[in-house]
Amino acid sequence: MLIECQDLWKIYRLGDVEVQALRGLNLSIEQGEFVAIMGASGSGKSTLMNILGCLDQPTRGRYSLNGVDVAGLRSDQLAEIRNGQIGFVFQSFNLIPRTSALENAQLPLFYRGMSLREQRAMATSALSRVGLQGREGHYPTQLSGGQQQRVAIARALVAGPSLLLADEPTGNLDTESSREIMAILDALNKEQGMTIILVTHETDIAAYADREIVIKDGRVLLDRNTQAGARPSPSGA
Amino acid sequence: MPAFILLTVWTAVRVLGRNRLRAGLTMLGIVIGVGAVIAMVSIGEGAKAAVAQRVASMGTNVIIIFPGAMTTGGVRSGQGGAVTLTVSDALDLKKRIPLLHETGWGKRDVMQIVNGNKNWNGTVNGVSPSYLTIRDWSFTSGGAFTQQDMDTAASVALVGQTTVDNLFDAGEEPVGSVIRIKNMPFRVIGVLAPKGQSAQGSDQDDIIFIPFTAAERKIFGTQFLGSVGAVFASTERQEDLAPAVEQIREVLRLRHRLQPGQEDDFMVRTQVDIGKVQEGASETMTLMLFTIASISLLVGGIGIMNILLVSVTERTREIGVRMAVGAKRRHIMAQFLIEATTISLLGGCLGIVLGVVGARVTSVIAGWPTIISPDTVVTAFAFSVAVGLFFGLYPANKAARLNPIDALRYE
Repeated sequence: MLIECQDLWKIYRLGDVEVQALRGLNLSIEQGEFVAIMGASGSGKSTLMNILGCLDQPTRGRYSLNGVDVAGLRSDQLAEIRNGQIGFVFQSFNLIPRTSALENAQLPLFYRGMSLREQRAMATSALSRVGLQGREGHYPTQLSGGQQQRVAIARALVAGPSLLLADEPTGNLDTESSREIMAILDALNKEQGMTIILVTHETDIAAYADREIVIKDGRVLLDRNTQAGARPSPSGA
Repeated sequence: MPAFILLTVWTAVRVLGRNRLRAGLTMLGIVIGVGAVIAMVSIGEGAKAAVAQRVASMGTNVIIIFPGAMTTGGVRSGQGGAVTLTVSDALDLKKRIPLLHETGWGKRDVMQIVNGNKNWNGTVNGVSPSYLTIRDWSFTSGGAFTQQDMDTAASVALVGQTTVDNLFDAGEEPVGSVIRIKNMPFRVIGVLAPKGQSAQGSDQDDIIFIPFTAAERKIFGTQFLGSVGAVFASTERQEDLAPAVEQIREVLRLRHRLQPGQEDDFMVRTQVDIGKVQEGASETMTLMLFTIASISLLVGGIGIMNILLVSVTERTREIGVRMAVGAKRRHIMAQFLIEATTISLLGGCLGIVLGVVGARVTSVIAGWPTIISPDTVVTAFAFSVAVGLFFGLYPANKAARLNPIDALRYE
């Protein structure tokens, strides 16, 4: 089991108001799954993603990633987990401005103390895996939105993570680019067995996943298999 | 880790390169601070060396005794107003104080000196032969007068370089020629090697030495025979100076029949005292420089801190991304510290260039001697790095403490 969440609680305090973003959420995800997480804003899906991505810690409950209980780890240990096991793809790409595609893709390796030559070799191959060979020297401003997101994917997978978290990866893209990005993610899942968790509110994007989880009020409302043949109608959610 | 540092430095350089004006203005404080310090320390060191050389030109372990003020019925004459020091004082000091290696004496006045159709108003100093030894005078040609010249009040003279320049034509050999002092003929037997300015700043080469006896009898027409302008003494070792001064005071008070409680009618100064006055002046100067340096480096440092805080805010999202892909707090910390240090280091280098050029220009334009010591450059360099690190610490820490989620969401 790659991900196991048991009775996950996250409680924020905004002034005097206590916000319960997660209320005893339970979830298990196996290695190699392609999961779409859906839910209205305020449902707690962002909080869940932050916790799954080891950017945040749950207030209560257990979250184990690859058999390691993440709760209670120090910030440096979390950084190491993010660096080695998790790749992030954001809605707004979040590339470092005025820095070449190659250097952006190198970034996770940079924090591993790897030699520069190794970093470059791995980043170059990651870029070619997303179809950006020959654009290593391009700056984000010289790339289209779809290309920028592909650089971000290269960055996410360069370090060989076991989990890829994509938060609305197509939210800022046109239909054509969205399809390209989803094709890349799909290929990563199908051909390399990479576990992908996709947050989206677009049903046609969610349809690429094999499993759909709907979050509401900090709990799992619906969890169903949508593998080929069992795909729901768009209004199913 | 080396790859990390290398790339971080490279990133810092590029970040600075993108905001050249901003980086330049930020550096300015450090540039000016370091530059000012280097230029002024160079000038200060140069001045100090010049002073040290002047003090050394007095001779070695020299004690000078001047006649002091005299009180006559409540009226005090100025210093040197009394004719209280005599040749026998000098001789007696030598006899009674074993610490004294040598004593000499002299008396000086400004006089008209004539050579052929040239004349010069110069200082004539009647001295004992021992005076020349105490003051370490050497000769470019000819030699000193002897005790015999002294005993016979011989009309012989030693001339300093400035006097030579003013009394003789270029290429003319002074030794052997006869000059007139107050219309009395004196034969030049030696030309003194130049000593330059004295510790007080007067030209030591504008001088003519003649035997004390000849001066007393033939030139000055002294009222009190045997009175001298100053007594000079020297000791073998520098540590002997202080005890020697004490003993001199005791002997002279005794000889001058001064009652306890009565003030000295003479003044004793050592080479060390004179050196100390100059050292004191340069210490004040150093302290002032240190203050200026501290203030400008402080201002420069605050500039760096300010710009770094702006940079941290501007790049909050970037910091979030870096954290998301696995940067630890110390990585973020290192990034901003390296950036701060790069600014201050570049500023320091430019400051060193500015300071060296400034010192050279001052040297050429104002004619002041300047000494640029490697120590100063290294210290200035180290200080600029330290300023960068110190003032980078707060912004870097602020960046490292960011919460990755908030940083990623920052607009």
